Order: sequence, then structure tokens, then C-alpha cells
Amino acid sequence: MSAELLAFAVAVPLLGAMLAVVTVTRQGSETRASPLLNWVGLITATLTTLVIIFMTGAVWQQGPLRLELGGWGVPLGIALRADGLSAAMLAMANLVALGTSLYATGYFRSNDEALHFWPLWLLLWAALNGLFLAADLFNLYVMLELLGLAAAALGALTGSRDAVSANLRYLLVGLLGSMTYLLGVALLYTAYGTMDMSLLADVMRAPGPTDGTALVLMTAGLALKAALFPLHFWLPPAHANAPAPVSAALSALVVKAAFYLILRLWLELFAPVATFGASMVLGLLGASAVVWGSWRALRAERLKLLAAYSTVAQIGYLFLFFPLLAATPPGPAHDQLVAAVVLMALTHGFAKAGLFLAAGLVQQQAGHDRINELGGTAQHLPATVFAIALAGSSLIGLPPSGSFISKWLLMQGALETGQWWIIPVAASGTLLAAAYIFRVLSRAFGLEPTPLRFVTDARTEVPALTLALISAAALGLAAGPLWTLLGLDAGGGA
Amino acid sequence: MSDNGLRSDTRDRDLRLLLGVLLATIGALLLWVFYTAVASDPGPRLAEIAHAKVPRSGVSNPVTSVLLNFRAYDTLMELAVLLAALLGIWSLGPAAAPFQQAGSALRGMVAWVVPLLILTGGYMLWIGGQAPGGAFQAGALLGAAGVILRLAGDASAGLPNEVQQRWLIIAGIAMFLLLGLALIPLGGGFLTFPPVMAKWLILLIETAATIAIGATLAAAYVGGRPR
Amino acid sequence: MMTAQFLYGGAGMVLFVLGIWSFLVHEPLVRKLIALNIMGGGVFHVLIAIAYRGDDMAPDPVPQALVLTGIVVAVSATALALALGRRLDDLSPGDGPDFSPPAPQADLPLRPKEHAGGSADVS
Repeated sequence: MSAELLAFAVAVPLLGAMLAVVTVTRQGSETRASPLLNWVGLITATLTTLVIIFMTGAVWQQGPLRLELGGWGVPLGIALRADGLSAAMLAMANLVALGTSLYATGYFRSNDEALHFWPLWLLLWAALNGLFLAADLFNLYVMLELLGLAAAALGALTGSRDAVSANLRYLLVGLLGSMTYLLGVALLYTAYGTMDMSLLADVMRAPGPTDGTALVLMTAGLALKAALFPLHFWLPPAHANAPAPVSAALSALVVKAAFYLILRLWLELFAPVATFGASMVLGLLGASAVVWGSWRALRAERLKLLAAYSTVAQIGYLFLFFPLLAATPPGPAHDQLVAAVVLMALTHGFAKAGLFLAAGLVQQQAGHDRINELGGTAQHLPATVFAIALAGSSLIGLPPSGSFISKWLLMQGALETGQWWIIPVAASGTLLAAAYIFRVLSRAFGLEPTPLRFVTDARTEVPALTLALISAAALGLAAGPLWTLLGLDAGGGA
Repeated sequence: MSDNGLRSDTRDRDLRLLLGVLLATIGALLLWVFYTAVASDPGPRLAEIAHAKVPRSGVSNPVTSVLLNFRAYDTLMELAVLLAALLGIWSLGPAAAPFQQAGSALRGMVAWVVPLLILTGGYMLWIGGQAPGGAFQAGALLGAAGVILRLAGDASAGLPNEVQQRWLIIAGIAMFLLLGLALIPLGGGFLTFPPVMAKWLILLIETAATIAIGATLAAAYVGGRPR
Repeated sequence: MMTAQFLYGGAGMVLFVLGIWSFLVHEPLVRKLIALNIMGGGVFHVLIAIAYRGDDMAPDPVPQALVLTGIVVAVSATALALALGRRLDDLSPGDGPDFSPPAPQADLPLRPKEHAGGSADVS
């Protein structure tokens, strides 16, 4: 029965999306969102998160779950698979999405925006869950397309010129990436006659030109979607101009999903094929992303643009792990690094979501998000500023956040494998992050009278605060269980 | 100004040339890799397995078996992609003003073609179980009927009001999900069709999907929220 | 059989590369969309090529189904991109990005023309 949970993880948000499409009322000749729409959205969000929590519990106890749809078995049918890595990413994604959904019920004042938001948001959620659970390469293609389309449509919701043009660019770039990925899948099917990832992993022993080309094609397509430098150009305007809950989901989840796919492909499918040189390319691009993204974030005028560039930098950190993974033979040290990169991905997901949600609140109150002029507003929203501070501390990598542990392990791994160049990169990234976070926070402290209330609007501030708190403290202090979930020894960790 | 213009033109041309050479090299590489992959001859790939299981799938057209039974989950998500695109289009604003009303020649043609398209769509839907055809092909024909109506001056491309349109466009996914979930207790798993019922289940899903696809395509062609 | 596969699939690879070139080089939105569709067409060519198993054997149904799915996905994405492009066209043109469609005189208008005069029928 627990295997069926995998199907529910996709079916529940999809069903919710269908309900959300028809939860409308007619007022004269206008079709408007029914007051029930927020409830449909929230209930679907809660149910989906519950399914994922149960599923993660099942994976914790029983180990990886596998569901072969239609009873046909692979390679003819499609399989879904939940192992430690998927479960960890799913737990993060669904908790972030739940917080964002709660936030969205309070954020969208205009009836029209809520009407368009909820169905697309639930479709995006279904695609996200489906992507993390997919074990079939073509199924992944369809999930990627749904994810990209829903994300681009959501990003353009405000209807402003900047939003529409940035998200049109995102859509086109995303399509380029998907087509390239699909060609890689077609090549693999030509050579091996299957699209199931576990079957392919068994068959791909000796690297050949087909495998290498498929790897390059699929990685290039996914790197476009994960905004790896220099393919990141589309991200800052798209994320900065989207409505706040959408920005949170885009930065925290959508790009993370593409990274997760690259990680899984490199670790499982293409493990014999991925050479050290190829990993080095990814690592160098990641390093450039860290430095360039942090630098641009420091120079950003707008808070949301700062957060978007910060995403580019943090994605770069994730790719810094690839040369280390390639240089470390399979064993406890390798497992340690895998757990570290997953922890970093999870922490960033929570932190970036908290930051964008809080930034959205500030923008709503102030009417703008220009950092230099935010002083007054920050004083009136103590909970929001606290959320920004917590999320920021996690982005910098201060203890006890999960990213502190990950960066520690990153630098440790760099020392052990002799890749010294990673250390100055990580250090400069951390310093730049501290600079841009403190630049934002410095606006919040002034000689104003102490605010009377901590929380101004619970529905929007509490999710932001909770997500930031999870990233800054919970994931750091409770990182041990992640090792167990991934099926690794918890020794030698935090 | 002419000097700068010339220089940037030349630079653009050089860039294009460089890009062209780079892509030509990549193309040659891809061709060679494809040749290697095909020459390695991995056998029948999934063809034999698929053809062997077709009799149990409820339909005799192998492609429909794959689409609606073996890989039904992909088809479900594909319908979701279509819906997401329409929802995105609707979020961007109201539809543009309709075209002018058709002249008598066009009106006369439309009166013949649209019912014919609907009829052919229905035929495609039914024959999809045995010969090339199926929900997507039938839905495309219905969508084409909507396009013709819109081109002939009908502002809503033959579709009803927005609330009813919303019910139409979710029909395919909703049917898929409800049947798929009902099959968990009754059939043995999500989207697991028992071979005895498979034919009728597939037909039910395909009918709902045809309506949804036709409505979605026509609504997408209208290009905005119904006025 | 292999020659047919290679010819058709090779053509698909060429189309794919041509599509990328056009996407990167051409500015107007509609041309980029055509380029993306040609890229998609190229990949579909490859899939159909490997579905062919010779004149006397039934072709592989799986790649054919994949292509059908891919076509629907490509159509959906193109539709959304066109709608976004038209919305961009409607909004006041400032110094916009590369993807604004060209001025209406230069290319096929994406919007239906409003006809001020009477209808065209003469009866």
C-alpha cells in the first residue's frame, strides 16, 4: 500500500488543480474566483504534504519504494521510485510549497490573480512531485515541460512588461533545454532500447561515444534549466519580476529540480561515463557562478533581484561538489559528500523561499523593493526582517544552519582531494554573501521606537519565518536524520 | 554612425559564421554518434515486448496501447501540459476582437466543413482502437473545427461560456484521474486496467480526452479569456 | 533498413542543429518559435527513424507514442509563447528585450485586423 503513495503524490495536486479550475462563480458576465478557491488550494496543499510525509516515513522505515504503473513492469511501462534522495527533496519541496500556499492565500489581493494562480500552482506542484519520483527518462521530459510551462505562466502573472518579457525568455530557453534533453533520451533509446533509469544504469558499463554525447546533451539541457553559469542569464529578471510566492517557488524548487536531475544522472546513470574532466567543467562553471552571482547580488538595487542573483550563486555551490565527487572513490567519504550536497540543496530551498516570501511582504508594504529606500518599512515588519535575517544567515553559511555543515564538508573534501582552488572560491562567496545580506539588514536597524507587535499579518509572515527558521536552525541541528534517510552511515557527520 | 553600423554588422556576420561553424561541427559529431548507435544494433528494442502485450491491452492498435495503457501516465501528464498552456494564455488577458463575419461563400463552406470535421473526429476516436487514430487526432480535428468557426467570425470558436469551458477542459484529466484512482482498490493499482475492462475504460478516457483536447485547442486559438 | 534509419535520423540531427542555429541567430519571436519547432521536429525524426524495423516487420510503437506526446507538448508550448509575445506587443513598447515581435507592418500581424468598411460579399 505504501507504494501507491507515490501515485497519490502526483494525483492529489492534479485533482486539486482540476477542482481549482472550476471553482468559479459568475457575476453578471464576469467569471470570478469563488471564495472557496483559497480553501481548495490550501486543502490540496495540506493533503499533498501529508502524503509526502507519510511517504518519507515509509522510505525511512522500509528503504526505497518502487511502483510500476499499469502493472506492466519496466521496460514497457513507467516506474516511479522514491529513494532517500527523492524523499529528502520531496519533503523539502512540499514543505516549502505548503508554506508558499499559505502565504499565497494572504498575498493575492486581486480576485483575478488568485483565479489564475491556483490551478497553475497546483499543476506546477504535481509536476514537481512527479519529477522527483520519476524513474523513466521520457516521463521526466514531460514533467520538465509541465514544470517549465506552469512556471513561466505563473511568473508572468503580474502582466507587467518586465515580467512578461522575462518569462517569455525563460519559456524559450526552457524549451531549448528540453529539446536538447529529449535528443539525449532519443540517443539512449537508440543505443539501448529502454528509457528506464535503473535498467540503463545496469547496461551502461563501458563508456562509449553514444553515452558521452547523451550525457552532454542531457546535462546541457538541464543546466539551462538549472541556471548554471553562463546559462543563467534568464533567471534574475524572471525571478525578480514574478509575484512573491512564485519567485519563492521558482528559486527554491524549480531550479533545484533541474539540479537534482543532473545529480541523479551523474551519480547513477552515467557514473561510468562521467570523466573527471567533465566534472571539472561543471565545477569550474559552478565556481564562476558563485563569484559572479554573489558580486551581482551585492550590486543589485532591488531586493528581489538580489535574491535572484543569490540563487545563481547558491546553485554554483551545488556544482562545486561535482569535481569532489568524481575524485573520491565510492565509500564513506563519497557518501559524506553526497549527503553534504543534498543538505545544501535542502537548506537553500528553505532559505530562498523564506527570503522571497519576506521580500514580497516588504514590497507589498512599501510599494517597491529598492534596497536603499526600504528603511522605514523594515522597522514596521519585525517578523519579516527577522525572517530575512535568518534566511540570510543560512545563505551566508553561518552555524547552526545546514549550509554551514555543507560548506564545511565541501572545504574538507577539497582539502582531502587536493582541489585547493575550491576553498578561496567558497570563502569569497561566503564573504560576498555576508556583504549583501548585511547591506539589506543594515537598513532595518535605526533609531526608531521599538515596534509594538512582532507579527503584522500572520498568514503571510508566519510561513516566511518558519521556512527561514528551518533553514537556519532545524536543518543544521537535525542534519543527522538526513544521512539515515539517504541510507548512509551517520558517523563522522555533524 | 554608418561606420559603427558597418562594424557591428560585420561583427554580427562574423559571430554568425563562427556559430555556424561550431554548430556544423556539433552536427557532424551528432551524425557520427547516431550512426554508431544505430550500427551497434541493440535488437528490436521495445517493439517485441510491446507487440506481445498488445492483445492484453484492450485495443489492437499498438500505438494506442502504448499511449493509453502501457504509458498512460505520460498521456495524463501530457493533457496537463495542454491545460497549463491554456491557463497561461487565459491569465494574460481577454481575447482579441473577433474577425469580420464570413461572406456567403465562406459561410457556405463552413456549414459543410464543420459538421464533417466533427463527424470525422468521432470516427477517428472510435477507429483509434484498431487503426491509426485516437483521442489526440480526434481532438485536433475538433480543434480545427473551432479554428474555422473563429476564422469565419464566431468570437468564441463554437465554445460555450467560460464556466462551461472550464468544465470541458478538465474533462480528460478528471476522467483519467478518477478512473485511475478508482482502479487502486478495484483493479490492482493506479491506472492498472484489468484486461477484460480495458477496452471500455480506454474508450471512456479517450472520449473525455477528445472533448477536452478539442475545447482546449479551440480556446487556445481564441487566444484569451472568453469575453 | 539501417540505411533508411540513418538517412531519416541523420536528417533529424541536421534539422536539430539548424533549429539551434536559427534560434540563436534570429531575433523575432516567431522565427525563434519556428526554430524551436524545427528542433523538435528533428528529434521526432530521430525517434521515428528508429521505430522503422524494415518493410516486413511491424514498426516499434513506443517511439511513435513518444512522438505523439512530444508534438502535443510542442504545440502547447508554442501556443503559450505566442500568447506571451502578443501580450508583450500590446504593452507599450519601451526599450524592450530581444523577443518583442517586429513592428506590425514588417511581418504578419498576430492580431486579427479590424475591418472598418462593409463586408466583402457582393451578392
